[in-house]
Amino acid sequence: MNEGLRTPEGGRIDRSRVVHFSFDGRAYTGVAGDTLASALLANGVHLMGRSFKYHRPRGVLASGAEEPNALVAVRRDAARYTPNLRATQVELYEGLEAHSQNRWPSLAFDLGAVNDLLAPFIPAGFYYKTFMWPRSAWQSLYEPRIRAAAGLGRAPTEADPDRYASRYGHCDVLIVGAGPAGLAAAAAAAASGARVMLCDEQNEFGGSLLAADPHGATAIEGRPAAQWLKQTLAALGSNARVTLLPRTTAFGYFPHNLLGLNERLTDHLADPHPEVPRERQWQVRAREVVLATGAIERPLVFPGNDRPGIMLAGAARTWLNRYAVLPGTRAVVVTACDEAYPVALELQGAGVFIASIADVRGPEDGPWAAKARAAGIPVLTGATVLGTAGRRRVNSILLARLQDGEPSDTQTQPCDLVLMCGGFTPSVHLFSQSRGKLLWDEGLQAFLPGTPAERARSAGACRGVFALGAALADGAAAGAAAAREATAAARTGVCPSGAAATPAVQPAAGGGAGFAGALPQPAGARGRAFVDWQNDVTTRDLTLATREGFRSIEHVKRYTTTGMATDQGKTSNLNALGIVSRALGKAIPEVGLTSFRMPYTPVSFGGFAGPARGELFDPVRTTPMHEWARAQGAVFEDVGLWKRARYFPRGAEHMHAALGRECLAVRNACGIFDASTLGKIEVVGQDAVTFMNRLYVNAWTSLAVGRCRYGLLLRDDGFVYDDGVVARVSENRFHVTTTTGGAPRVLAMMEDYLQTEWSDLKVWLTSTTEEWAVIAVQGPNARAVLAGLVDIDLAAAALPHMSVAPGYICGVPMRLFRVSFTGELGFEVNVPADFGPAVWEAIWDAGQAHGITPYGTETMHVLRAEKGYIIVGQDTDGTVTPDDAGLGWAIGKNKPDFVGKRSLARPAMTSPQRRQLVGLLTTDPQTVVEEGTQVMAQAGARAPARALGHITSSYHSAVLGRSIALGLVAGGRARTGQTLYVSIPGGEVPVEVASPVFYDPQGRRLHA
Amino acid sequence: MLLIDCPYCGERPEPEFVYGGQAHIARPPQPAQATAQQWADYLYRRDNTRGVHAERWRHTHGCGRFFNALRDTTTDHFLATYRLGEPVPTAAATVRR
Ligand SMILES: [Zn+2]
Repeated sequence: MNEGLRTPEGGRIDRSRVVHFSFDGRAYTGVAGDTLASALLANGVHLMGRSFKYHRPRGVLASGAEEPNALVAVRRDAARYTPNLRATQVELYEGLEAHSQNRWPSLAFDLGAVNDLLAPFIPAGFYYKTFMWPRSAWQSLYEPRIRAAAGLGRAPTEADPDRYASRYGHCDVLIVGAGPAGLAAAAAAAASGARVMLCDEQNEFGGSLLAADPHGATAIEGRPAAQWLKQTLAALGSNARVTLLPRTTAFGYFPHNLLGLNERLTDHLADPHPEVPRERQWQVRAREVVLATGAIERPLVFPGNDRPGIMLAGAARTWLNRYAVLPGTRAVVVTACDEAYPVALELQGAGVFIASIADVRGPEDGPWAAKARAAGIPVLTGATVLGTAGRRRVNSILLARLQDGEPSDTQTQPCDLVLMCGGFTPSVHLFSQSRGKLLWDEGLQAFLPGTPAERARSAGACRGVFALGAALADGAAAGAAAAREATAAARTGVCPSGAAATPAVQPAAGGGAGFAGALPQPAGARGRAFVDWQNDVTTRDLTLATREGFRSIEHVKRYTTTGMATDQGKTSNLNALGIVSRALGKAIPEVGLTSFRMPYTPVSFGGFAGPARGELFDPVRTTPMHEWARAQGAVFEDVGLWKRARYFPRGAEHMHAALGRECLAVRNACGIFDASTLGKIEVVGQDAVTFMNRLYVNAWTSLAVGRCRYGLLLRDDGFVYDDGVVARVSENRFHVTTTTGGAPRVLAMMEDYLQTEWSDLKVWLTSTTEEWAVIAVQGPNARAVLAGLVDIDLAAAALPHMSVAPGYICGVPMRLFRVSFTGELGFEVNVPADFGPAVWEAIWDAGQAHGITPYGTETMHVLRAEKGYIIVGQDTDGTVTPDDAGLGWAIGKNKPDFVGKRSLARPAMTSPQRRQLVGLLTTDPQTVVEEGTQVMAQAGARAPARALGHITSSYHSAVLGRSIALGLVAGGRARTGQTLYVSIPGGEVPVEVASPVFYDPQGRRLHA
Repeated sequence: MLLIDCPYCGERPEPEFVYGGQAHIARPPQPAQATAQQWADYLYRRDNTRGVHAERWRHTHGCGRFFNALRDTTTDHFLATYRLGEPVPTAAATVRR
């Protein structure tokens, strides 16, 4: 540590606790209480980063969240690597390893800095204008190179091993910001007994008080400021109804007073406990919100204003008073506000030589000029800055006055520190996010909160009340009012609607309007004046954009990228507005303001994910027989949230071989299949049949008890929505099955019609999907397998195809369906879910003598395609009518209405040229075309030829010894026998249009 | 995340609800008699309101019931929620609590 840069006493640091850390591999020491930035400054290190576009050397500009330059990556290990942190917010801990970004090979010598020499050739919109032709080069050449050269930081290469917590919070009053106004608000709200939450992004509460001059005369309620702070925090901390959240950023303001808070729990610890989450993401619903988010100091825009050593005056005050660091030895102050004068005097008191104060106001002296002169500091009023010098650290500044555009009183001042103060921009980010209207205050030259849209109040500097006493009073009034509103007897629950009343701003002395825009320059002046430090946007970029015709600030922002970096223009937006306003000759409010978007500062992905990762990312649904399938070595697939057995490989068998074996086993012997995921809805009540008649296309009145029917459900627009077998279990009770994925939306649709259109019907709907385990036993031997287990006569005459019977299997109550989705003799055994595994095992044992084979969803798909049975969502896509799918036969012809019937009568729905489901057979029986491929009328078709349709299902059929495909083809059924063309990788193949039923078209096996 | 006042259960967070589109669009009682235009209006025509919008919500993960709400689309604030079959609340009845 450079001892000369750390003051001998003062500051909120502990000099007795030395902390070792490294920056770019070099070892340094700081002390407890330091941030990375303050510790580097104490070591004399100002060069902390390279700029984004020109790779210019940069030091710290600010001392807080608004810092645009000093972006660093902090590394604990390969997985714990966090890029783009602001060095001003990184708390130092023993062993901290930090790296600069955006430089190669090193921070001091960066080859990318060649961009700086090319700067005249890289104006705003350069990328849009230059890398346009040839078009193909964009993807292959330009974009990869630009991306490699640009980009801030790099992502960690391993999965994040840390834990993240999420938590809901509820309170009467949430106060954002624990500066003077926020603390006063919290104290006032707590005093009235309200439940209070107070959050602040910093490690310590106090805001601007943390940087107050300890020797200054600042007193609050008759006590020194530091003592007031300590006592106020102690009182709040001991109040059980107050929750204090330091290191917690309110990053987003969502409707109905919901705020997102990001609480960082371990980033400041050298050795975090592995059980403690790294971050906790809060969703806080507050009855009332007090925004006490303060203000951000504005830099001044002049040529060369970005060199290391040039910083905001308030930042220098923080380095000195909070961190006991001298940010330089010889300083020049450039200011548009009175606030910079006391900073200059405090630095002078600490031993910094103040070479000059250049006040851009004037030429008359302001109220502080005399004090400065009395302290021996020369003051140049009506000043501007013509330039600076110094590569890795500023070494001089060129000051002047302008007379009719001509410089006079020009003076070069050697210095290693330049302080800027362009005024203060109220932090209205959260207020604006909450959709509150912002109003331009001409006197303060600032956007202030207008009418809030939520139950929120702004207090203190964030609404232009800058002076300490006024801000404290403002905060106390806001806190008391918020508590009163939140706890009023008339309030029930959290009521998000409506807005809190905010008293009008009384601009108190102390703020000063400051300056927005670029400092005046002589005609023809050169040199780049930076507006947006992080994205390297200069005055010239902005004026170029206006010359090129951009008028809206939203367009200027996107064209020049001003305000679009990770700092979202916290230090740059108002200066950019000022420059554009002057260039267009329009007042600032007419130019407009870009939107404030969340997050206020970047939030880690882990914080948003919380515990929802890995196994907890999504719920997993498993069937009662899941463990059996797992033990048998099934390969599973995800179907919605379900895990379904896809196939059961034997030994080293590949999927293709397994499918062939499973398919043939069902066709020739018997297969067993877990169909439990089928959606099931019990439709019960005296009007159940009426309800079913109105909803499904089919005629249900004629369905006898004990019989099943293939049910088809449309939307009212006439397109197929879902299908499934429906059984009439008793007169007023239907057992409705749906597709696996369709169960929730079918139930929701049923409820919708029942509640909103036909509320007179006495019908009750119950989801029974998980009540039943469903075991499909399919194949010529299915009857023989089940015969010894059930108490029901399984003969075809007693239990024909499409029937249902109650009974018992192995003593377990059962609904036995004789149905088939394979085209074979088949049964579906429905038993209460808990009995599923035992019944499955019993069937499995009984089937051993009959060649029983477990099969999965993939085999089920092939078997049903061989029979031309559709899968809704695969062979239909939301534009398919029953007739398109070849299911017109299912429609009850004599029904006056059902959902979708009127739409089916529209002319376009009956056109013979609609796409219809057909079978497609490749000439080469071994070619399996890809699902989704377009079907063309002619060979060798090229765009813009229109496709006739597309392939919806395509498989190799083991039983047929060839490929089969289903497709939707325009006028398809009339094309039976025609040859069409389907592309395959590297060419195309002819296909013949055929019936979609490839196997056993007479259905003899089904009725066996 | 909105806070929605189910007329049956009280205020609950938005994830418990499913949005149900514009309210007060009745299915024609005899669709077969509806003209093509009437049917198309029922199926497809919806307001795109900037301001107070009458809309349906279903408390899917609660009581399961549909209800109607008046929401200001510019602020996302609810002016009222009301049961099916009840008339649209008048301006006087929608005073913010
Ligand atoms: Zn409810």
